[in-house]
Amino acid sequence: MGILEVKGVNKRFGGLQALGDVNLSVKQNTVHAIIGPNGAGKSTLLNCLVGKLMPDSGSVMFDGQSVLGRKPHEINQMGISRVFQTPEIFADLSVLENVMIPCFARRDGAFRLHAYETVGSERDIRGQAEHMLEDVNMADKRHMHAGSLSRGDKRRLEMAMCLVQEPKLLLLDEPTAGMARADTNNTIDLLKEIKAKRDITMCIIEHDMHVVFSLAERITVLAQGTPLVEETPENIKGHPKVREAYLGEAQV
Amino acid sequence: MLGLERRDLTILIAVAVITLFAPIILNPFPTGSALAQFNAGYPDLMQRFVIFGIFAIGFNILFGLTGYLSFGHAAFLGIGSYSAVWMFKLLSMNVIPAILLSIVMAGLFALVIGFVSLRRSGIYFSILTLAFAQMSYNLAYSVLTPVTNGETGLQITLSDPRILDGESSGLPVTSLFGAEMRDTTTLFVGPWSWDFSVGYYFCAALMLVAFYISVRIFRSPFGMMLRAVKSNQQRMNYTGLNSRPYTLAAFVISGMYAGLAGGLLAAMDPLAGADRMQWTASGEVVLMTILGGAGTLIGPVLGAGFIKYFENIFSKINDGILHQWFAFMPDGLENFVVAVIHPFIGKGWHLTLGIMFMLVVIFLPGGLVEGASRVGRVFRRRDRKADHVESDAARQRAAAE
Ligand SMILES: Nc1ncnc2c1ncn2[C@@H]1O[C@H](COP(=O)(O)OP(=O)(O)OP(=O)(O)O)[C@@H](O)[C@H]1O
Ligand SMILES: [Mg+2]
Repeated sequence: MGILEVKGVNKRFGGLQALGDVNLSVKQNTVHAIIGPNGAGKSTLLNCLVGKLMPDSGSVMFDGQSVLGRKPHEINQMGISRVFQTPEIFADLSVLENVMIPCFARRDGAFRLHAYETVGSERDIRGQAEHMLEDVNMADKRHMHAGSLSRGDKRRLEMAMCLVQEPKLLLLDEPTAGMARADTNNTIDLLKEIKAKRDITMCIIEHDMHVVFSLAERITVLAQGTPLVEETPENIKGHPKVREAYLGEAQV
Repeated sequence: MLGLERRDLTILIAVAVITLFAPIILNPFPTGSALAQFNAGYPDLMQRFVIFGIFAIGFNILFGLTGYLSFGHAAFLGIGSYSAVWMFKLLSMNVIPAILLSIVMAGLFALVIGFVSLRRSGIYFSILTLAFAQMSYNLAYSVLTPVTNGETGLQITLSDPRILDGESSGLPVTSLFGAEMRDTTTLFVGPWSWDFSVGYYFCAALMLVAFYISVRIFRSPFGMMLRAVKSNQQRMNYTGLNSRPYTLAAFVISGMYAGLAGGLLAAMDPLAGADRMQWTASGEVVLMTILGGAGTLIGPVLGAGFIKYFENIFSKINDGILHQWFAFMPDGLENFVVAVIHPFIGKGWHLTLGIMFMLVVIFLPGGLVEGASRVGRVFRRRDRKADHVESDAARQRAAAE
């Protein structure tokens, strides 16, 4: 039994079968990559995991509990954090505040009327956030307006916001898209470091095969909404079905 | 001090000093002089400044922080007034229980209206709040006549029970443990005269408390969450935070502020009418907040003062006064100038206000507060330039020697 069990999930958008009978099992403390050509349904699958979309049929179990029908914030509180394909950050807030908010969410739960305290007196939370920013090499940018960051920095910030929650399962939707090579390598190192430091399961969608092969222990190939193969990185490289799905897409 | 950082404390102290000396500051022109009509330091108007200041401060907690634009906050103002007048009728002319009930009732109504309206966001939220407010207005105007006294409005009468107060000979007046709200001491200094009214200082004290609470909310983790709602509600939800109770809490708090303002209006003048709930009143607080600067601390207070000043001062200027001012001109020119200015004064004050509002929104999206900070920046830059020039000159001198 994996920490995440997806069984027979279907999702239609009008006439388009975006997900067709998807089965996926992600084992605890592994990095599981999902690859596949554009429009394969990878983001749609993640949307079904975090409560953004409701599948038409099937079941999604996380840590022994069903996530279907739960609200996004409830799913997050269960221990699933997600990095989006286009960075979702609090653009009007400072970088530091962006990271403090998930710290509050982790400590205080989905809602708390903490109107009688001041942000300035929350030293623990601030400390956690600053520490996290150091880990992603963004400490010098902490007082910047998050909206004014570069695209790569926005991604790193979003990743910091997810990591600081210490989720059990981290979902990453193309975390290095739009990053410079150096930042991509930093991100790989960061994720490896986190992985080494504590128990965390990661599910990563990526087009950059360098990232995939540096991190993944299992790889699922998705094409036209259906998983084709699930294999270890060594076995996937020369897999004929993968070549077929990716023909002309990337060097596998 | 008071859990505030230095900058916020400075602002609070500045606001406190200004409200304390407002009766003097707002009466800069000697009584009887030609400009005396620009004086705003009379109790009735000063009370309005601070009461609508409270209304706008509360509105800003919702709109300025979360970005949810309510078009129905006047409903809570009206509910506050009705509650207060009922307290004056049934219990006592003391303003304390009246105001407490105003806040509680407005808070309860806000809880219900907010619970329903906050299921939608953006324009749909605004329309829902507007619909609720108009419903309240119509109910107060007709259906609920036994409670609201319909068209006439709710007033105190001699035959009211007033359980705590006992018999009184004439129509009683509102008071704070014996200090009558309408009591005013006038101080004459040379040609000036200044009115110090109990009612004004009572309202001003409450406004300072209201302002202090709003500053604390702005600087609290709760306030940060409200800004997060405005910035990216989706991210907030995927971060494990439930945005709904946050917005509802902000809605209820701002409703309670409106209730306090409504209660104070009734405490200054114990009557309540349905007009107070009309959509124009809801729109006014939106204008105040945006004009002053939504999301800033003192913007709403500035905006409220600005609009109330215009409403009360500009509307009083008439053609007769204009002719006096321009009497020095040749007759034809005088008539022409008066005719040009005429649409903007008296009943036309709305036009002036509208134009100013448009100018502010277009050129100063951050409101009057942004205007003030821009002016401040220009001065600071000029100082720095002056410093540069001086230091350059000094360096040149040193080099020459
Ligand atoms: N909300 C939606 N409504 C209608 N169609 C959608 C919706 N979301 C996705 N689709 C369609 O479903 C298909 C799968 O989309 P999805 O975003 O999951 O692909 P993807 O694998 O993430 O691709 P990419 O690598 O480009 O991100 C696409 O054809 C897309 O157009
Ligand atoms: Mg995608």
